[in-house]
Amino acid sequence: MVESAGRNRRTARAGRRRAGPGPVAAALVLLASGLVACGGGGGVPTLSWYVNPDDGGQAKLATACSKASGGRYKISTSVLPQDATQQREQLVRRLAAKDSGIDIMSLDPVFVAEAANAGFLRPFPANQAKQFTEGVFPAAVENSTWDGRLYAAPFWAGTQLLWYRKSVAKKAGVDPAAPGFTWDQMIDAAVRTGTTVGVQGNKYEGYMVWINALVESAGGQIIGAAQKGDDAAIEIGSPAGRQAATIVSKLARSKAASPSLSTDDEERARFLLNGSRGGFMVNWGYVWRAEKGDAESGVIPKTIPSDLGWARYPRVSAGQPSKPPFGGIELGIGAYGKYKNTLAVDAVKCLTSTPNMKRYMIDSGNPAARAVVYDDPEIKKEFPMAGLIRDSINAAAPRPITPYYGDVSGAVQSRWHPPASVDPATTPGRSATFIRQVLHDQALL
Amino acid sequence: MTAVETAPAAGRRRRGSRAELSDRSRAERRLGLILSAPAVLVMLIVTAYPLVNALYLSLFRYRITAPDDREFVGLANYGTALTDSLFWQDVLTTFLITFVTVAVELVIGFALAMVMHRALVARRTVRTAILLPYGIVTVISAFAWRYAFDLQSGFVNSWFGLGDYAWFAGRWSSLFVIVLSEIWKTTPFVSLLLLAGLAQVPRDLGEAATVDGATAWQRLRRVTIPNMKAAILVAVLFRTLDAWRIFDNVFVMTSGQNQTETLSFLTYRQTITRTAIGLGDAVGVLLFLSVVLIAVVFIRGFRVDLSQVKGEK
Repeated sequence: MVESAGRNRRTARAGRRRAGPGPVAAALVLLASGLVACGGGGGVPTLSWYVNPDDGGQAKLATACSKASGGRYKISTSVLPQDATQQREQLVRRLAAKDSGIDIMSLDPVFVAEAANAGFLRPFPANQAKQFTEGVFPAAVENSTWDGRLYAAPFWAGTQLLWYRKSVAKKAGVDPAAPGFTWDQMIDAAVRTGTTVGVQGNKYEGYMVWINALVESAGGQIIGAAQKGDDAAIEIGSPAGRQAATIVSKLARSKAASPSLSTDDEERARFLLNGSRGGFMVNWGYVWRAEKGDAESGVIPKTIPSDLGWARYPRVSAGQPSKPPFGGIELGIGAYGKYKNTLAVDAVKCLTSTPNMKRYMIDSGNPAARAVVYDDPEIKKEFPMAGLIRDSINAAAPRPITPYYGDVSGAVQSRWHPPASVDPATTPGRSATFIRQVLHDQALL
Repeated sequence: MTAVETAPAAGRRRRGSRAELSDRSRAERRLGLILSAPAVLVMLIVTAYPLVNALYLSLFRYRITAPDDREFVGLANYGTALTDSLFWQDVLTTFLITFVTVAVELVIGFALAMVMHRALVARRTVRTAILLPYGIVTVISAFAWRYAFDLQSGFVNSWFGLGDYAWFAGRWSSLFVIVLSEIWKTTPFVSLLLLAGLAQVPRDLGEAATVDGATAWQRLRRVTIPNMKAAILVAVLFRTLDAWRIFDNVFVMTSGQNQTETLSFLTYRQTITRTAIGLGDAVGVLLFLSVVLIAVVFIRGFRVDLSQVKGEK
């Protein structure tokens, strides 16, 4: 924070010095300051940053970076709708109309490729790209890159962990933290102990996250050669897809399934873990903060946080390390903004600086996109599982990186939902056919 | 000037088949055309361009977010839509909503129109009370109904002792709430149109029927309804066209989940959400054609009636 503020002030001073001598230059400076005043309204240019709702963490960062700019720019935030699909819808609608009022936007990683391919984002030239990717998790860089160019700056990175009740694991005689722990072992342990395995089974993006993590952990992928756009290879019908379907169907038809599995989201799964049949759950890192908060305010028994264990995302087959889901937020610069090559780049630099990532992680509980943050003593104290989160994100597999992501995800959800209807022999193949049809406008979605 | 001269000639030519129009009614007709021309022109500019553009785009495989992959596919998008089971499922849903709401609204609307027509005391208050729901923005009324039936905030379940019955978890229960809110919202519109029709029924006809010993039911069926047929058809036409394009209620209450998606919602999802402009426009054009079809069928029905009314005179 302090560091980047210093840098900004220094460049500002250098600029002024260069424009210094001569009456012509002085006139130019006057003219320039007049133009700036016109643009900013209040004299300072205002950058508008479209953020996903996060209880004000990004707004705080905006204020901090505005201050650090030493009056060069001011960042104002506008909050996007709650769910990722609607956030995308609003941004696409504005950007398709070449809205110059979007300077910076918080993008769900899965939509970067689409926006980049459509020309909605300003790419970072190679000499700028380095500072945004240095020390950043590979999955975050991969998700921010399209066609060999960096289109967004990784801001924070999320992953899912396996959360469990230590007492239940003990009773079942399993160690979820052991390296070879699999989905089969977990489901069997839950059935044995009369508890549940919480997952996200509603017909929404969260279900796609689960399916993708299972397919990737089985060594496959939903889509190959995704850069080919609508001619990508659809690989969900592969043996890995069938292995994933086997797990979904086994859980959905077992006693370890949540009674409302087909409408469960993240919060519902957490609710299940806290209940009398709570046993295991896969969920994002926010769970730790939420559980601690709920225990403090008396929403759940005070004993639960100390009974809460965490481990790496379970494996599909014992011999093959799992590939946990990847999420988070990347910052894109609008292709039509007035300051896209100047102030917006500086602002994104400030917002994604390592100290600000740490600050945001402590503020909002959302994990930083740079591995070095996890070695910080303050972070280690606040997040006891920081090391595990870092290793999980390092091993995480992104969802298909394709400009048609919305269609691919929607098509998978449509054929795999409800989870209890999944048939390992037919569902993966049928969903592959359907994805192909949807991508070629041969079927309505 | 020339028009005035040629017009009678045209009239003379047609004399054999149709009754001759007087110079005056011909002039009136021309004045009517001239007066409506600016409006028609504006309508052509603001509706014809988007329409033609949609028709043109519906012939392409085209996404806003993948502009380079644009490809001419002819009528393939129409083929895709018309052979897709989702399209026909949405047609059925839209038809059910339209049929039930229009039928129920016609009956209730007629009863309300009678109340407004006959009200002797507090006439203004009665009319205002009946028309109130129509003054509420559809999205707001949709939210009100959604929250009323919601599991967490709703009061409907506790009123009727339904426990934790999830209204929006099933197709038919969701459609029930959607139809109910639609009826509540637009019945006043129907009753307003019918009230205008009722006012046109000559009072002495009813009185004559009473003298002849007709019961109230006979008077309603044989005198009142036949005399306001035109008003009824206008109400049915307007409401059918409205209901056929239903969007807000579905969007707010279920977002099309559980097979409650309607045709206009399908169009919205293909064009706006998926940005599949080509396919979405094809569905949109099909929706437009169905609206035209409904209008043509009804207006043909009207013509018959209107000429009947004229003949009686």
